[in-house]
Amino acid sequence: MTADPLSRVFSALADPTRRDMVARLASGDASVGELARPYDMSVQAVSKHLRVLEDSGLVTRTTDARRAPVHLEAKVLDLMTAWIERYRREAEERYRRLDDVLRDLPDRPGTTENDPTTGAAP
Amino acid sequence: MTTTGTHETEIVVPTDLPIVRILREFDAPVAKVFQAHVDPELFARWNGPRNLTQRTEHWDVRTGGAYRYVHVDPDGNEYAFFGSVHEVRPDELIVQTFTYEGFPDGVSLDRLRFEELPGGRCRLTATSLVDSFEGRDGFVSSGMEVGIREGYEQLDEILAES
Repeated sequence: MTADPLSRVFSALADPTRRDMVARLASGDASVGELARPYDMSVQAVSKHLRVLEDSGLVTRTTDARRAPVHLEAKVLDLMTAWIERYRREAEERYRRLDDVLRDLPDRPGTTENDPTTGAAP
Repeated sequence: MTTTGTHETEIVVPTDLPIVRILREFDAPVAKVFQAHVDPELFARWNGPRNLTQRTEHWDVRTGGAYRYVHVDPDGNEYAFFGSVHEVRPDELIVQTFTYEGFPDGVSLDRLRFEELPGGRCRLTATSLVDSFEGRDGFVSSGMEVGIREGYEQLDEILAES
């Protein structure tokens, strides 16, 4: 596992069980026992998933006790959404530049010098 | 699966595959959108951010070809990108690799699909596959490399608070 925090958040969410846990924690804190209930897996296995989520900073626990509430750090999740939104905006800006290029392009483009089907080098 | 966007560019970042998918529609026919991807002069006009100029070093966008271009910022710093062009089918498909030379071991396999829409419009679906979630997340969180640093700083701050 790499040490950088961003990768840990993304990899923590790469697992469907952990994503489901995060989704459930979004509506309120829950104990390990409560979190384990819907899954056909041992409390140990659930604890393992929780540890990955904890290491990523996505969830926090006051103690390791089974009944201690697990808390979702919503800000960390929001940050990931913000990164994706920034990426989206950059892509949108790029395609708006393409919109401009397309608007200026003549309706019947002449034969391009660099025909991709024949491979004529530029 | 994380999806953002409305009628504008849509980004899909699945959690089960290290891919990023970008969807966008254009008020132009497929032939033009495709041409703007394979013609080096047209491509250079829209590909990079406005404050950078693009210098095309090599451009052979056809099946079995390759490309390399350099973005130059106002201070003269250069950011180079290159890849192999695996397959090109006019007005339909471009499959290529993409590497930013600042991350020399990072490579994405890009599939650009061009689809005709009614009314002389076009839908572009660009899917980039990388070999790890870390690599994919690097792509998403960087944009340009300043983004990733800012992102880490923000995350560090939040983690320090909690």
